[in-house]
Amino acid sequence: MIEEMSRIVRTITNLIYGFIIVYGFYVIVHGHLTPGGGFQGGAIVASAFALLLVTYGNKQTQNFLVKDFLSYLESVGLVLFISFAFLGLGATFFYNFISNSGGLFGSPAVIGINPGNLNTGGTVTLMNIAVGIEVLAALGVIVLTMSAAAEIIQKKEKP
Amino acid sequence: MIGNFPFVAVIILFGLGIYTLIYKKNLIKIAIGITLIENGANLFLITLGYRKGAVAPIYTQAPEGVKMVLPTPQALTLTSIVIGVATTALLLSLAMIIYKKYGTLNTDEIRRLRG
Amino acid sequence: MSSILMHAPALVIALPLLAAFITPVIGRFNRKAISWFVAFILGLTLLLTLLIARHILSNGSLIYVFGASEVGLTLPSGYTVPIRIIFHIDGMGIFMGLITAVVSFLAAVYSISFMEQHSGLEKYYTLLLLLATGMFGMEFTGDIFNFFVFLEIASIASVALIAFRSTLFDEPAEAGFKYMVVSSIAALMVLFAVGLFYGQYGVLNMATIAKVLQFTHLDKIALILLLTVLAMKAGSVPMHMWTPDAYSEAPAAITMVLVAASQASLYALFRVAFSLYNVTLNTLTVGWIIIILGVLSMFIGVTMAIIQKDIKRLMAYHAISQTGYMLLGVGVGLAVLANPVALEKFGIKAMEGGIFHIMNHAMYKGLLFLTAGALFYRTGTRDLNKMGGLAHNMFYTTIFFIIGAAAIAGIPPFNGFASKLIIYESVYQFNPLLSIIAMLVSILTLASFVKVFHSAFLGPKLEQYKSVQEVPKSMVVAMATLACIIVFFGLFPDLIVKYIVHPAVMALINQAQYTATILGGM
Repeated sequence: MIEEMSRIVRTITNLIYGFIIVYGFYVIVHGHLTPGGGFQGGAIVASAFALLLVTYGNKQTQNFLVKDFLSYLESVGLVLFISFAFLGLGATFFYNFISNSGGLFGSPAVIGINPGNLNTGGTVTLMNIAVGIEVLAALGVIVLTMSAAAEIIQKKEKP
Repeated sequence: MIGNFPFVAVIILFGLGIYTLIYKKNLIKIAIGITLIENGANLFLITLGYRKGAVAPIYTQAPEGVKMVLPTPQALTLTSIVIGVATTALLLSLAMIIYKKYGTLNTDEIRRLRG
Repeated sequence: MSSILMHAPALVIALPLLAAFITPVIGRFNRKAISWFVAFILGLTLLLTLLIARHILSNGSLIYVFGASEVGLTLPSGYTVPIRIIFHIDGMGIFMGLITAVVSFLAAVYSISFMEQHSGLEKYYTLLLLLATGMFGMEFTGDIFNFFVFLEIASIASVALIAFRSTLFDEPAEAGFKYMVVSSIAALMVLFAVGLFYGQYGVLNMATIAKVLQFTHLDKIALILLLTVLAMKAGSVPMHMWTPDAYSEAPAAITMVLVAASQASLYALFRVAFSLYNVTLNTLTVGWIIIILGVLSMFIGVTMAIIQKDIKRLMAYHAISQTGYMLLGVGVGLAVLANPVALEKFGIKAMEGGIFHIMNHAMYKGLLFLTAGALFYRTGTRDLNKMGGLAHNMFYTTIFFIIGAAAIAGIPPFNGFASKLIIYESVYQFNPLLSIIAMLVSILTLASFVKVFHSAFLGPKLEQYKSVQEVPKSMVVAMATLACIIVFFGLFPDLIVKYIVHPAVMALINQAQYTATILGGM
């Protein structure tokens, strides 16, 4: 029988994990203005998943984070990334065809010191979002699988 | 002279990593040794871009009239860290499978492939 | 048509990558369709590579810039910096690309039947496509950090494939762990050398580094690091410990692709020695180091192979020994690079022999590993002492094994004879002793394959193998294609050398042309 974590740990986790996920998405979307980007934001969201796993154990977290759905989300993120690369094939592969052209994320890029405009960036921002989705799903699957195996081994060792 | 200290740290990290790889027998310690070498390589890449008295290479709300460090090594290091995450995840998963099949994590006893 | 050709270098990487990401989605709906889809995509990649090869062999090298329209960025002051990530395909790059395309397509065709009963099949094909992407990227790129990234992609994909059958057997996980440690160290040392180049010269483009290189002490350290670790990944002797384990525990089709991946690292070694450094280094010394590595690999590989009982481990040691032939041929070419008279007389011929041997080795070693996989698929064992009398049951496999064994031993009219004869003749003019050692190793190779043939195929029919039949059709098709290529290369070697191998050798030797294509106006 895996013993539960204390009341303090469970309360803090319940309050905080939502804020961590929002902070992760902030880092993903603002990748072209502030330090961060796809991989870093995805890793932050995956650390929120790891926090849930530590507090509640593997069985209960599996009801909340379904492994099949995360695996599917990873494929969606990757296909989105590679299709943005293909769409630029009019000029060359990976060409930034949205920047400086108006539309979503298409305002002209400002060179030099500026207060920062979220609407710039072109395919860089969209690819950041795709990579962020993919990384949070992939690291989530890794963490879930490893903790499941660790609990099986732990149960086997303690007679 | 004090400006050379990051490079000395890189050499120390490499040395510790290679010492761990050669002399330690536990599979998890070998994985830690590889992570140490990878951290040394990443530190080396970032230190190459440093310029004296410069700030971080971000245009958003940066201070006026100062130099910035080179941003390219930071992109190289980011790629290398991501690759390191994948490598470490794979090494640890293989160590878990070996523990399940062989019952031990000691390299002296995991020697079924010989000759 | 010409717009396909213009984008073909990127499509060769992008199509397998897109297919790798779509494969899990297809796998949810229909499990059997995955293998045919992957074989189709790799067949398309083979067609694209043949298209690029036809263009390059008549018009010269091809450059593809990612994300912009020209290689350099022109600053407001008029100064142009070569900063874009490019694919620079010349004769040598497309030579290795052809090998990779053929080998990965045949691996997918073979795996249609070989891996049919296995669970988790969509992950296998995703990893196979990622491995193909990594190998193509290693061979086509013109940017040295991009080379490191593709090297790591190929390494991680191949480790996961080696350890793929760890649900059924115990040993693949151990082999995978050893290979992962070795390739991690190799890739991190390559990253360290990239850092050394970037810190001194501020560029990552291979042609630009070749142009501005002054041979400082740090460049010597980078050269030693790169030569050592790329030889380690190619499986040459002082660092060959991972090769028998990794090649024997992987599924048979993957071993064939792993051989091509090791040769991609060998290609990188030649690219560093010839195009990055060329005559700035002391070519006689470095050439002799490569020759010594080659001779050691040949000799130790074949002597360790004779005593093996496991058929795939024996073939893995032979792979080490044949890598020695390639190192010997190209090492002789490097040793006389600064000496134009000797280069004209036998240097170019030695390099032609070594590089032609790369393609021949991929073909016949691939065929041999596929036949070993066929034997394992029907009998369930890899131990030579337990097999026997299988020629009665498996007719096609026996014929293909005879073709492969004759090719590796250097018997005419198969392709091994052609490349080995070129190596013997040219190396004899450099130093007769090396040529005699090479011929001795060839005789020992023949001896060990006669032993394998006798153990596995000849002899009376055994009781436990009474119901063994021929292997399924897709495996026979894959093996037959390789056998046809072997026979064709053996009957017309001068055509192959004139149209495919000679442009590759001239592209390696001619460093000025390598840099001028990119830095034309800068």
